[in-house]
Amino acid sequence: MIPSEIAELLKARFGGAVVETKLEGVIDPWVKIAPDRIREVATFLRDDKTQFDTLMCLTGMDYTGGKLGVVYHLASTPLGHKITLKVDVPTDNPHVQSVESVWKTANWHEREAYDMIGIVFDGHPDLRRMLCPYDWEGHPLRKDYKVPEYYNGMKVPY
Amino acid sequence: MDATLTAADLATRPVTIPGLGRPLRTEEMVISMGPQHPSTHGVLRLELVVDGEIVVDVIPHLGYLHRCFEKHCEAMANYQQVIPYADRLDYVAAMSNELGYVIAVERLLKIQVPERVEYIRVIMAEFSRIVSHLIAIGTYGMDIGAYTPFLYCMRDREHVLDIFEETCGARLLYNYMWVGGLSHDVPASFEEKVKKFVKYFRPNIKELNNLLSYNKIFIDRTANVGVLPGDVALNYACSGPVLRGSGVKWDLRKNDPYSIYDRFDFEIPVGRGAKGTTGDCWDRYMVRIHEMEQSTNIIEQAIEKLPAGDVQSAIPRRIRPDAGEIYFRSETPKGELGYYIVSDGTASPYRVKVKSPCFVNLSALPAISRGAMIADIVAILGSIDIVLGEIDR
Repeated sequence: MIPSEIAELLKARFGGAVVETKLEGVIDPWVKIAPDRIREVATFLRDDKTQFDTLMCLTGMDYTGGKLGVVYHLASTPLGHKITLKVDVPTDNPHVQSVESVWKTANWHEREAYDMIGIVFDGHPDLRRMLCPYDWEGHPLRKDYKVPEYYNGMKVPY
Repeated sequence: MDATLTAADLATRPVTIPGLGRPLRTEEMVISMGPQHPSTHGVLRLELVVDGEIVVDVIPHLGYLHRCFEKHCEAMANYQQVIPYADRLDYVAAMSNELGYVIAVERLLKIQVPERVEYIRVIMAEFSRIVSHLIAIGTYGMDIGAYTPFLYCMRDREHVLDIFEETCGARLLYNYMWVGGLSHDVPASFEEKVKKFVKYFRPNIKELNNLLSYNKIFIDRTANVGVLPGDVALNYACSGPVLRGSGVKWDLRKNDPYSIYDRFDFEIPVGRGAKGTTGDCWDRYMVRIHEMEQSTNIIEQAIEKLPAGDVQSAIPRRIRPDAGEIYFRSETPKGELGYYIVSDGTASPYRVKVKSPCFVNLSALPAISRGAMIADIVAILGSIDIVLGEIDR
């Protein structure tokens, strides 16, 4: 299926959950979904005729200007097509539905996005930090991140 | 062990002592495996929850090698400067990491590279696959108790590293592929050396098979251990030999071709459960052996057709892609390496996210280790073939 067909399918099925689409003039066409509907959309895309059985990548983004985001790159092994989903959330209340129950691979990717960007995935079974120590403060991939002066009494950077 | 009993049966079977009057209670215990443990292939810490000898749960703790690769990328002055850092992701197959990154940036810039560059890149990437698989196979044998194959693998790997060294001066971290071209052309003796290696290497795979692959003890340790079914592998987005070992015929070089891979004739080996169940450790291991054969075939075809030309003619003076983004995935020895690069129109990337195949493959470890014996964890982890440089980034 070509991306515009997938976008039409989503619009017809979910209506208001599809916030924005960009299908022309970009390398990877994307569809923007409301943060509180993403799990529904993901389940539909996996189980329906689109057959998106793998989540290639899940990225946390800091767009600055009070906006964070999550980018989902989906692929279908039986059909070979791809689509990108995006979700935008405000920096002061960054809550997105977890898609861990749809694709297990999202578990670690979401933990990483939580660790690095500070996006909270609602419904994630085990939302701990992934790469930083568990008692680290702040989210390093935020654009306004400042390295803390001390970590557990040790000087950073040493 | 009684062959009809599975590890799960053992976990529920009450242990009795004559005269005690009740089953012997066993308590769950938590064992830390790593970060300094020879079979974790780096600094990975696994917390094993064990009931006697049986593993109830595995909790991986990552981050010991975290060095902010993605943050570094954002701070770079230009796109070329990221390449040495990309080398250090999967440091045993650095050429493959570079290939993924440079193609992603080239597609973002919409530039075409000369034929000669494409051919040399494919040869290097396939050499990289051979080197990576040799390490995977050698250390896997060593994890399980076979020391000799490791030495044979290292011996063969040395020949490839010599070719790399002669080409670009480095043996492990090359900074060889640049956006739009290569840092050096190959030396005059390259063609001859590659042909010599191909001739030398083919019989050595057979030797390795005799020594390790069909060794009875090795099969006993790996067959029917750590079975990963194909649908679970896809749900975990596993890729590379881990996915193909589960019988899923999926290789980006064939299924989503990039560079010039569509010009070569090669096969995708998959696991078929020849010694046990499809998707067990032995299948994953054997896929790597067959992939080395296929890589040798690709190299042989590519070196025959290697065209003449200038390898630096397409290198852009200034790399400043238009605002936009790309997700590009390529088939590295470990699996699907993806670069998600967002450009805001300036000289340095706005965001680079690496989808590391090892990271994703390792996330399936708890799912396939529950109910296994402690010693099998070593076998399962080795069969996934992880490199911590890429997991922790």
